[in-house]
Amino acid sequence: MRSFIGFVRKEAFHILRDKQTFWIMLLMPLVQVLLFGFAVRTDVYDIRLAIVDPAPGPASRALVEQFNASPRFRLMGVYASTAPLEVGFREGTFRQAIVLPSDLDRALVGRAPVPVELVTDAADPNTGSIMQAYASAILQRWHGEQVQRAGGVRLDVAARMRFNPTLASVNLFVPGLIALVLTMVSAMMTSISITREKETGTMEMLLVSPLHPWAIVVGKVVPYVVLGFANVLLVLGAAREVFGMPLRGSITLLLAESLLYILTALALGIVISTRADTQRTAMIAAMAGLLLPTLLLSGFIFPIDSMPAPLRVISNIVPARWFLIIVRGIMVKGAGITTLWQETVILAVQTLVLLVVGARRLAIRLE
Amino acid sequence: MTREAGGSAGDPRAVAAHAVEVRDFTKRFGQVTAVDGVSVDIAQGELFGFIGPDGAGKTTLFRTMVTLLVPDAGSVKVLGRDVVDDLWELRARVGYMPGRFSLYPDLSAMENLQFFASVFGTSVEAGMSIIEPIWRQLAPFAGRRAGALSGGMKQKLALCCALVHAPDILFLDEPTTGVDAVSRREFWDLLDRLRAGGLTIVVSTPYMDEAIRCDRVALMQKGKLLLVDTPQAIGDAYPRPLFAVRATDRLGTLGVLRRFPHAAAVWPFGEVVHYTDARAGMADASIIAELETFAGASGVDDLEVQAIDAGIEDAFMWHMMAQEGV
Amino acid sequence: MSALAIDARGLTRRFGDFTAVDAITFHVAQGEVFGFLGANGAGKTTAMRMLIGLLEPSSGSATVAGYDVVRDAEAVRRNIGYMSQKFSLYDDLTVQENITLYGGIYGLTNAQIAERTRKLLGRIGLEHARKELVRRIPLGWKQQLAFSVALLHQPRIIFLDEPTGGVDPITRRRFWEMIYETAATGTTVLVTTHYLDEAEYCDRLSIMVDGAIAAMGTPGEVKGAFGAASLDEVFLRLTRPGAA
Repeated sequence: MRSFIGFVRKEAFHILRDKQTFWIMLLMPLVQVLLFGFAVRTDVYDIRLAIVDPAPGPASRALVEQFNASPRFRLMGVYASTAPLEVGFREGTFRQAIVLPSDLDRALVGRAPVPVELVTDAADPNTGSIMQAYASAILQRWHGEQVQRAGGVRLDVAARMRFNPTLASVNLFVPGLIALVLTMVSAMMTSISITREKETGTMEMLLVSPLHPWAIVVGKVVPYVVLGFANVLLVLGAAREVFGMPLRGSITLLLAESLLYILTALALGIVISTRADTQRTAMIAAMAGLLLPTLLLSGFIFPIDSMPAPLRVISNIVPARWFLIIVRGIMVKGAGITTLWQETVILAVQTLVLLVVGARRLAIRLE
Repeated sequence: MTREAGGSAGDPRAVAAHAVEVRDFTKRFGQVTAVDGVSVDIAQGELFGFIGPDGAGKTTLFRTMVTLLVPDAGSVKVLGRDVVDDLWELRARVGYMPGRFSLYPDLSAMENLQFFASVFGTSVEAGMSIIEPIWRQLAPFAGRRAGALSGGMKQKLALCCALVHAPDILFLDEPTTGVDAVSRREFWDLLDRLRAGGLTIVVSTPYMDEAIRCDRVALMQKGKLLLVDTPQAIGDAYPRPLFAVRATDRLGTLGVLRRFPHAAAVWPFGEVVHYTDARAGMADASIIAELETFAGASGVDDLEVQAIDAGIEDAFMWHMMAQEGV
Repeated sequence: MSALAIDARGLTRRFGDFTAVDAITFHVAQGEVFGFLGANGAGKTTAMRMLIGLLEPSSGSATVAGYDVVRDAEAVRRNIGYMSQKFSLYDDLTVQENITLYGGIYGLTNAQIAERTRKLLGRIGLEHARKELVRRIPLGWKQQLAFSVALLHQPRIIFLDEPTGGVDPITRRRFWEMIYETAATGTTVLVTTHYLDEAEYCDRLSIMVDGAIAAMGTPGEVKGAFGAASLDEVFLRLTRPGAA
């Protein structure tokens, strides 16, 4: 016990005295939340919109009213024909246009679908699809109201936003960010700190002591659990305070799952450090082997459904993928353990396997 | 094995007669044989030195003695315990200072010491009686980061860290490398005091002049022991007459002496040249006379020749030549 | 041009209130093997940096190979060579690649490099290892190679930093014989070290203590002046006056 406390104390000194690294570790998550939240955010505001309404009537006036009321749209004008659109799009005056049929009032009570045209500037495909989704949502709502009043039929602009009706992208990136930060703090920093002892030769002194290598590793790892946990709280706090992100599920469950993922990341760090002999190798291994998959293959940036089949298979072994499902489930959908137990089990098994691999490789000697 | 069950770490006297027993120990790394069939015994309470250049196999031997490596052939026993089978018992009883001091540069001197004490399940207070003479010199710098200590201070701190758990035997791998001459001398004085307290100390060094500070030394070269004896006996056993030769033109003198028909070995040695005659049993005076005549005929006329006793370095070179046929 | 390889007069360097080198005056003759000794922190490194033009003196002056170290720092650096046991050669390049790289840095032509490579490898008996990685050749040879490479551009003065640490006694003596041979051709050799037995091999030496030169002369003269049997003892008395 005395040696365990000694270890934690010493490791804490290492972390606290390397001021630069310490502040980077602590502030990086915050900076990332702000970066993702403001700069990289996928929300779109101030969409310059044109509406073509050849035959103004109560229904079309209601539509104009709704777009006018939305903070996301800036209505540039209502025109009688499509003539101004060509120039407007080319010069960037319009980014989106809605073209209503000339017989709108009649079409709404008729049996055939109402032919509404939605034109979007898709020079940036991401923004384009988001604008399209916003516009569709408003069209959908408007149509619903009109149909109730007129008792008519369908409008074929289908887009429904479930669970995320405000379409705030903060809900999408925060879970991924937590995974990313934990991978960096827990996996990368532990593997670097263990290999540093190998490089400076202090590992030789530790191995000659009566401590089992496991005790050495646990002693080294505990402070990083604390640091990782602090990072989770920081990211969650920032997401809530700055962006008003909701937490629909249980905070206890969320923290417990985060702890599990911290252990997963630490186990990954240990596995790396049993192989790498220098800090540089450990760093590169953590970057290429952990950080990039966490970023690219977890569903954080690219949806897993749209990946090619081989990558989709590979994504199954990326722990962040399961953690992401869990965190999104808890935070956005308010899901409980009864719905998330499968992902939790997968993550736990992965952690166990990594720990066993790490343990088997942990040498009691120098060879 | 003199002791089986209940052999706790606190009883250094109740062990085998030899503190270290190395038998036909061989260790290979891939193609390279780092240590090649070495056998040596080190007595209880001895200050024993392994002397040899880089690459002689000293570090491999030390790492094996402290249970960090497994022999490919032969056996190594420390305190009567096998370094492979009795790993955990030995680790509690062995003190080890690896080649590069191995301290944490970002921790203070005191924090380093506290940490290593805790690793061995003890405290600085409990170990203070052992390390006190060394720590006294370090105490003024207790709060300074280890990375900011001078080489000599780092070395003493590393020694404290290796001693704080009161080991029964101390292994020091090149403790004086990279440390200035005065600190080296002070360090050996400290080792003298520790030995006087009954501790067995095994030390390695590439510096021949440090051999005289040991009770016995093993000269090591290319994974093999050249010979093992007391420093005095090693010098005395030099098999041929040895002379120190002084002349203004050192380079010229080397050439002339090597051309002398009876030269066995001619090496620069600081300010002088050491000349070994190939003829054992010949009177010193007549060899000196012959040398002066020969040198004079070759144009070196200020030759001063003096018969001397051989030192460790002379012996080392002699045995190296015998081993390699240089 | 002066016959002195190094001529330092009152060379001083201050860092704020701290005087690292305090008015040292010494000279080294062409073809001399000069030992420059001192404990860590005695000011050796600072003095050396001033001599090779990397650091400007606060006061005093020095010429190296006849060039002023402040005004002609470029010329000084062209005329000196430097070898330290630790940093001189690239381990992951071959012997030939190291030589070519170094020759290129000093602006030698390809023909010059080829010719000097042949001579150099012949002299130290390493022809067979031309294409070996430097990390694969034994330490003793590596040292001789590093020394020869540092001489490739035929400098007038070569600085050696602890050149023979860690090698066996025979290899070490071969190295010193190489140094003597180099000095015999008129190249000045300046050895900085804190190993005093290495200093015994020098023609003359100086010992720096706290930024000043505390002793200077042949090893015999220095020992004589202190009535000491070894340089070790001289050093001990200079640095720990109370101890001996």
